[in-house]
Amino acid sequence: MRQISPIFKREFFGYFRSPVAYVFLIIFLFSSVGLAFFAGGFFKGGIATMESYFYFHPWLFLFLVPAAGMRLWSEEKRSGTVELLFTLPITILEAVIGKFLAAWAFLALAILLSFPMALTLAYLGSPDWGVIISGYVGSILMAGGYLGVCSLMSALTKNQVISFVLSVFVCVMLVLLGTSMFNTFMTGFLSLPVGLTDLVANFSFLTHFDAFTKGIIDPKDLIFFVSLTGLTLFLNVVALER
Amino acid sequence: MIEVKGLVKTYGAKRAVDGITFTVKRGDILGFLGPNGAGKSTTMKMITGFLSPDAGSATIDGVNVVDDPVAVKQKLGYLPESAPAYPEMTVEEFLDFIAEVRGFRTADARQAQVDRAIQLTHLNPVRKQSIETLSKGFKQRVGFAQALLHDPAVLVLDEPTDGLDPNQKNEVRSLIKNMAVEKAVILSTHILEEVDAICNRVIIISQGRVVADETPAQLRARKPGARIDEIFRDLTRGDI
Repeated sequence: MRQISPIFKREFFGYFRSPVAYVFLIIFLFSSVGLAFFAGGFFKGGIATMESYFYFHPWLFLFLVPAAGMRLWSEEKRSGTVELLFTLPITILEAVIGKFLAAWAFLALAILLSFPMALTLAYLGSPDWGVIISGYVGSILMAGGYLGVCSLMSALTKNQVISFVLSVFVCVMLVLLGTSMFNTFMTGFLSLPVGLTDLVANFSFLTHFDAFTKGIIDPKDLIFFVSLTGLTLFLNVVALER
Repeated sequence: MIEVKGLVKTYGAKRAVDGITFTVKRGDILGFLGPNGAGKSTTMKMITGFLSPDAGSATIDGVNVVDDPVAVKQKLGYLPESAPAYPEMTVEEFLDFIAEVRGFRTADARQAQVDRAIQLTHLNPVRKQSIETLSKGFKQRVGFAQALLHDPAVLVLDEPTDGLDPNQKNEVRSLIKNMAVEKAVILSTHILEEVDAICNRVIIISQGRVVADETPAQLRARKPGARIDEIFRDLTRGDI
């Protein structure tokens, strides 16, 4: 596992060697903070909470996480560097974890850069820091879940467009499972039992993210995101074995 | 040092490598010849542990690639075809990354290895330049520097002189020749004169099989007076 660190460093700083990092961070901040202000009523609500910021994350991540994750393996495959990487003395697991952690750290940075909002709240009112911190924890964990899916999709193809489209599709599915629209479709149109519908809805990002934004860190939700990430990374390793 | 026994690799219905067997000793420079698509690169990819063979084995220094790929990769330096590298990194950054993965953990140790590799491959004028801005010859040398950075006992070079101008070709050849005294080297090439210039053994493969395994002199003796590419054509007729 000692080889994770050089892989991590190369990948993480790789974002900053090209304009990718700056374009991504700026767009991410504009859209996440913009949504909180203009669609979520961050100021208008008059309450010292960041709920309106976190509320949009599952939808925003649908596009932005695949954008950050689509290149993880596709680019290595397309440019042939995958041959270089896998003839260096590292295991596939180390490479997968190193690259995943780098992209995850990058996404966490994008999320955490909204900290001036929290500072504003602290200046204008007295927010509940526990709720804010649990919101950040939940959002970063959820980003890990999305990223796991994207990394896996990226390992399946050397075409970044295919990787992006597949990632968005799978993530949309994982979000929609938890919406009331999907619920009505399952119970009403397909007339499936409510129990089954609830079971399927349990695999949704929405269901598990919601509690975090309210300040509740439920082990159930933690385990969901961690095991989803673990499963996708395991499949990622399998997909890369030749 | 390198022992290859009955390697087989099949892609779909096509058998790219069909039971290749050979050994390379320390001090050998083995020229790996064959028409395009004969299975040269696939064989090299199996020796370096990038592809896993469908049958047979490749052993480096007594270690089987399939059993302990990481140990084998530590002993190997590999220059893949067309020398892939991360384009956004500078030459120094890239070699520093390779040095770190190769186990040189302190900054001083890494610096020493990077400097040595840069000096050997004459990359000093471009060391601060990003790899995507380099000419093909320099890119090839970066791939070379990466392969010999840790002074490996075994070098596998897939078309090391491809895309170089005649001066650079000569330089790379003398570099390989000088290093090979205490190493085992396999290099694939299309250039038949290259075999004469540096190799002390030649293997010609055709349709995934070894059709000749001898010294360049023996190869020439097959048809006295004929040019070496005529002999090559005779041996690899199956591929045409």
